[in-house]
Amino acid sequence: MYKDTVIDKKLVHQPKFIGVFFGVWFVTFFVFDLGGSIFGQFLAPVIGDPATSGLYGRFVVAFVLGFFLTLNIFAIGFLPTQRQSLVVWIELAICFVGGFHIFNLSLEFIQSKIWFLISRGLFTTIYVSVISIIFAFIVAMIGAIAKLSGNGFAMGIANFYTSLLRALPLLLLLFLVYLGLPQTGYVIDAVPAGILALTLNYGAYMTEVFRGGIESIPPGQWEAARSLGFTFGPTMRRVILPQAIPIIIPPTGNMFISMLKDSSLVSVIGVWELMFMARTLGQKTFQHMEMLITVAMVYWVLTIVLEIFQRRLEKHYSTVKETKE
Amino acid sequence: MNKISTSRIDSLKNDTLTRDSAGLTAKDSPNNLIIKMINVNKWYGPLHVLKDINLEVAQSEKIVVCGPSGSGKSTLIRCLNRLEAHQKGEIFVDGIELHDHMENVDIIRRDVGMVFQQFNLFPHLTVIENIIAAPVWVRKIPRSEAYETAIELLERVKIPEQANKYPSQLSGGQQQRVAIARSLAMQPKIMLFDEPTSALDPEMISEVLDVMIELAESGMTMICVTHEMGFAREVANRVVFMDEGQIIEQNDPGEFFDNPQSPRTKLFLDQIIAH
Repeated sequence: MYKDTVIDKKLVHQPKFIGVFFGVWFVTFFVFDLGGSIFGQFLAPVIGDPATSGLYGRFVVAFVLGFFLTLNIFAIGFLPTQRQSLVVWIELAICFVGGFHIFNLSLEFIQSKIWFLISRGLFTTIYVSVISIIFAFIVAMIGAIAKLSGNGFAMGIANFYTSLLRALPLLLLLFLVYLGLPQTGYVIDAVPAGILALTLNYGAYMTEVFRGGIESIPPGQWEAARSLGFTFGPTMRRVILPQAIPIIIPPTGNMFISMLKDSSLVSVIGVWELMFMARTLGQKTFQHMEMLITVAMVYWVLTIVLEIFQRRLEKHYSTVKETKE
Repeated sequence: MNKISTSRIDSLKNDTLTRDSAGLTAKDSPNNLIIKMINVNKWYGPLHVLKDINLEVAQSEKIVVCGPSGSGKSTLIRCLNRLEAHQKGEIFVDGIELHDHMENVDIIRRDVGMVFQQFNLFPHLTVIENIIAAPVWVRKIPRSEAYETAIELLERVKIPEQANKYPSQLSGGQQQRVAIARSLAMQPKIMLFDEPTSALDPEMISEVLDVMIELAESGMTMICVTHEMGFAREVANRVVFMDEGQIIEQNDPGEFFDNPQSPRTKLFLDQIIAH
């Protein structure tokens, strides 16, 4: 992406913007009376009991909140761009996590269950996802090569596969596999059924991604290989795929992040992964929110880790190759 | 002397019609013909890009094909290793006819080297790996043996010190010389050059042409599509001029440049020499 080198005057340091920004938030906070919230309690020394402080309390709360918010963006404006982005990210995360306050979560309950949740559920989620993405990778590779092979049968099968499997909702596919296969005589466990459904579904999507990656290799590479006497298979294996794989790995990482969360669907057929654990652990004591939010956080952390990993992967494959020793 | 009369082409054509697709043998072709194109026609959709092409090339002959852009000269040499298919007429390469149901096109391709305008080196392989790729993976020659040959070839194209670099680290001229070495590693009988110097900076053209001249002197059969008229004059046995999908004129370089027959050839020569 091109970054413009022209630097504008910083918007957040212009009096007009600061005035409008403060005004908008002040009015917003004033209209949605926040006196009864945690902010009202913080300001109790000034406004007295928030419940009885009336219009004055409302005004003070809105004013103080608006002031600090404006001061915040004014201060952030002095940071370099990278830092700005990081600070804003962290502030938003704090606000989001802080927002759970309104659910009155029992931390004790979370602490008592979290290790069981993670040791059991997280492990299952990860291994179902990893095995599925590996199989999906293989299926997609075969599918993409079939689509490009020029062989009518292979193309027909691959086209039928992607057409059908991309049309079926994953949940529906999951039921078809789990409930349908036993009727044909193959009794299948929940975990293999989940892996099979995820593989088939993601394999279909990734087939298209892989086909695009392979097609992005310039035709000159094919011509050079074919004119040296390489047949289709060796051209693919020795020339095209080594160049296409660095292109298709980053989107595969993206698919994996997506699959990690779609694997929660296999909880409906009773696989003890994160989502299933969240629902069952909270059920007994009706503490659903505790477990659901904990699991949400676990998914989030997991995704952040994977995003960092994927970024490294992208960087690794985009760097120019250095001299081989 | 290389000018081919139409009657001779006709006789050649009648010859081949009586033969099966096994094609030419040494006995049938007294001049050691290695390439024979008979009334070759090709269309891209409605566009008629090759019109009744008749061309024969003897062993060790060096042919330069020139002509304005869009005249079909690249298409012509791409038909010779079937990177493009012709729709009408016959092409014999080293005694094997190229046609639609040809199983052994890969055999022909092993014996016909091709050098492209855009080099088309394999960017994920080092220079030396580029050169040994086809011998090792296609001809199944032991790696160590292929490696030795590759080093010799790199010395021949005068860049042995670049063996372990990746193509992207080389200049255009060096890349093109690697591409020539890569083709030569398959020990081809014929080398096709598709505008090998057109994508190069001017100062790199001569280093590539030097390699091609050396190759010509070694007795390789070469067909070059090029605008390098100095090269044509020095090296070619015959210059073929094409325009609008037809061979307008072919002659030895002296005659071709000094005494062009067709007005279109004259116009073309005037234009490229004018600047």
